Amino acid sequence: MKRLTELKDLRRMASTLRQDVIEMLVEAKSGHAAGALDLADIAAALYFNVLENFGPQEITNPDRDRLYISCGHTNPIWYAAMARSGFFPVEELKTLRKFGSRLQGHLERGSVPGIESSAASLGQGLSISCGSAYAAFIDQQRYQTYCVLSDGELDEGSVWEAVGFAGHYRLQHLTAIIDRNNIQIDGFTEDVMTKEPIDQKFEAFGWHVIDVDGHNIEHVIDACREAKAIIEKPVCIIAHTIAGKGVDYMEFDYRWHGAPPGGAETERAPKPEEQGKAALKQLRTLHGKIDNSDCC
Amino acid sequence: MVTKEAKLKKNYLDKDVEMISTREGFGQGLVELGEKNEQIVVLCADLTDSTKTSPFRERFPERFIQVGIAEQNMANIAVGLSLQGKIPFLATYAVFSPGRNWDQIRISGCYNRANVKYAGAHSGLSVGPDGATHQALEDIALTRVLPRMTVLVPCDAEETRKVTHAAADINGPVYFRYARAATAAFTTAQTPFKIGRAQVFRDGDDVAIIGAGPIVHTALVVADRLVEKNISCRVINSPSIKPLDGETIERAARECKALVTCEEHQVTGGLGGAIAEYTSKTFPVPINFIGMQDSFGESGQPNELLKKYKMDAEAIEAAVLAVVKRKRT
Ligand SMILES: Cc1ncc(C[n+]2csc(CCOP(=O)(O)OP(=O)(O)O)c2C)c(N)n1
Ligand SMILES: [Mg+2]
Repeated sequence: MKRLTELKDLRRMASTLRQDVIEMLVEAKSGHAAGALDLADIAAALYFNVLENFGPQEITNPDRDRLYISCGHTNPIWYAAMARSGFFPVEELKTLRKFGSRLQGHLERGSVPGIESSAASLGQGLSISCGSAYAAFIDQQRYQTYCVLSDGELDEGSVWEAVGFAGHYRLQHLTAIIDRNNIQIDGFTEDVMTKEPIDQKFEAFGWHVIDVDGHNIEHVIDACREAKAIIEKPVCIIAHTIAGKGVDYMEFDYRWHGAPPGGAETERAPKPEEQGKAALKQLRTLHGKIDNSDCC
Repeated sequence: MVTKEAKLKKNYLDKDVEMISTREGFGQGLVELGEKNEQIVVLCADLTDSTKTSPFRERFPERFIQVGIAEQNMANIAVGLSLQGKIPFLATYAVFSPGRNWDQIRISGCYNRANVKYAGAHSGLSVGPDGATHQALEDIALTRVLPRMTVLVPCDAEETRKVTHAAADINGPVYFRYARAATAAFTTAQTPFKIGRAQVFRDGDDVAIIGAGPIVHTALVVADRLVEKNISCRVINSPSIKPLDGETIERAARECKALVTCEEHQVTGGLGGAIAEYTSKTFPVPINFIGMQDSFGESGQPNELLKKYKMDAEAIEAAVLAVVKRKRT
C-alpha cells in the first residue's frame, strides 16, 4: 500500500473520505453521519501513514499493526478508508446497508478483507485490543494494537474493566484513540452522563495520556508516534473532534449521530432533499476549514 | 373464519389497514401507566427516542432516569429501585438487554423476585439496514429459560399497549419485546389480552398456525389465502410465551393434528421451542417452525429480509402445505 508522507496528500485524502461518507450515506438513506465525518482525519492518518505492515497484501502478515474499531456505527469512514487503500473496489461503497451487500450496517469480520473484528455493541473493542496486545507480549511480537473508541462508549463499565486490565499488566504496544466529539444519541455527552475528567481517569489506571486536535493530521500522526515510543505503559490519545466535521449544518449537533444527509430536519440544515448536495458542496467550498492548513 | 371473540378490526385483511409500529403502543402505554401509578419509573440507556420512552420523559421528567450507555448498570439500578417499591421499566435494544445484562437479569432480577419490567426494543429481523448486530433473534430464548420470568410478545401496537399495562399489574420480573417497523394494527381495544392466555383469532381444523409478534398478521393473510386450496387454518395469537397457554395449544394439537409456529426469532428456544416442549408431553403432532434457522441476519429492507429468511406469507404457506403432508392419519 502506498504510504502518504506529504501532509497535503493526507489532507486531500481526508476530504476524499468525507466525500465518500456523504455519498455512501445519501445512497443508503440511513446510517451514522456525525462520528464518521469527524473521524476522517484520524482515519486518513491511520490508514495512509501510521499503520505499519498494513494493507490488502498484509492481511495475514503476523507483523501487521492491528486496528480494532470499537464504535462500529462509525463504519462508513472505515469502509471508505479500506476502499481507498485497496481492500475492495471503491464502487462497492455505494452498496452500504443494502440487501446482499458485503458492507453491512455495522462492521462484520469476514465480510470484506481487513476488518479485524465485528463491532456494534459498544464497549467491547478495548477488551479485544487488550487480548491482541497481550498475545503480542506472549509471542514477543512487535506489532502495535490500535483501538478507536467513541466517547459515548466510555459509559460502558466494560471499557473500564479493559482500562484497568491494560494498566495492571502495563500492556505495551497498545494505543487507544478516543473520538472526543462530545455527542452521543440522547444529547451532549456531559448532559447524558459525565465522562470527564477522561485524562485523569486513564492516568489513575496507569495509562499515559496525550491530548490532540483530532482534525490536525500532523498532530495525530505525532501523537501516534509518541505513543509507540512509550513502551512501559498503554497510551490513550484523546482526539478532540467536532461532531459532523466538514458539513456546516451538522457540526456540533448530536441529532446527526444516527442520521444520513437527507435524514433529519434541523434549524441549520436545508430541506432534506437538498442536504446531500449541500453537504458535498460545503466540503468543497469549505476546504480550507476542514483542511486545517492554518493551524499547522 | 375470524372468531367473534378476537374482535379484530373489520378491515384487518385490507391493504389499507393502518400500519403502526409496536413501539408506538409501548410509548403510549407507558404514559398511561405513569398517569395511573406514581410508582412507575422509566430508565433508558441513551436511546430515548428510538425506544419510545421519550413521551414518558416529556410528561414525567422526574420519574425518568437516563443511565447513559450502561445496560448492566441500568438493570441493577432498576432492581434497587424496585426493592424500594418503585415499578421500574427499563428499555433499550433487545440485543443489549437481555443481551448485555443477562447475568444481572438472572440473579439480581429473577432470583431476587424483583418487580422489574424489561422492555426489549428493535426486536426481530425487521430492524432492517442496521444489520445482524442490531437484530434481536435470541431474546425470547434468553429470557424464557429464566425461572420466575414472565415473557410476552405482542402482535401489534394496541396489544403492546396492553402488554405494558399487564406487565405493571403483576408483581415480578417481566420481559417483553417490541419492534421498530410499522406493522399492521389489526387488533382493537376489545381484543382480549391476558397473561397466560392465547387467543384463537381464526377458526380452522386442518392446521393451526400459532404465532407471536407482528408475524401473526401474516399468518392471518395466509389462512385466508389457503381457503382457496381447501385448507382450513386455525390462527392462534400466543403473546404469552411464558406462562404458555397449554390448554389452547393442546386443543389445537388434538383438533388440527398439525402445527406451524411463527416468530421473528431463532427457531430454537422461542415460541416454537416452547410449543414443541409442551406438546411433546401432552399430544405430540408434526410441527413446522417459521423463524430464523440458526443464522445471523444482515442489512436490508424488512420485506427483503423476511423473504430471504423465510418469514413471509409465501414461506408460511409452504410450511402449512408441508406440515399437512406430514400429518398422521
Ligand atoms: C452496548 C450498546 N448499547 C447501545 C448502543 C446503541 N448506540 C449506538 S451508538 C450509541 C452512542 C453514540 O455515542 P458515541 O458512541 O459517542 O457516538 P458518536 O455519535 O459520537 O459517533 C448508542 C447508545 C450500542 N450500539 N451498543
Ligand atoms: Mg461521541
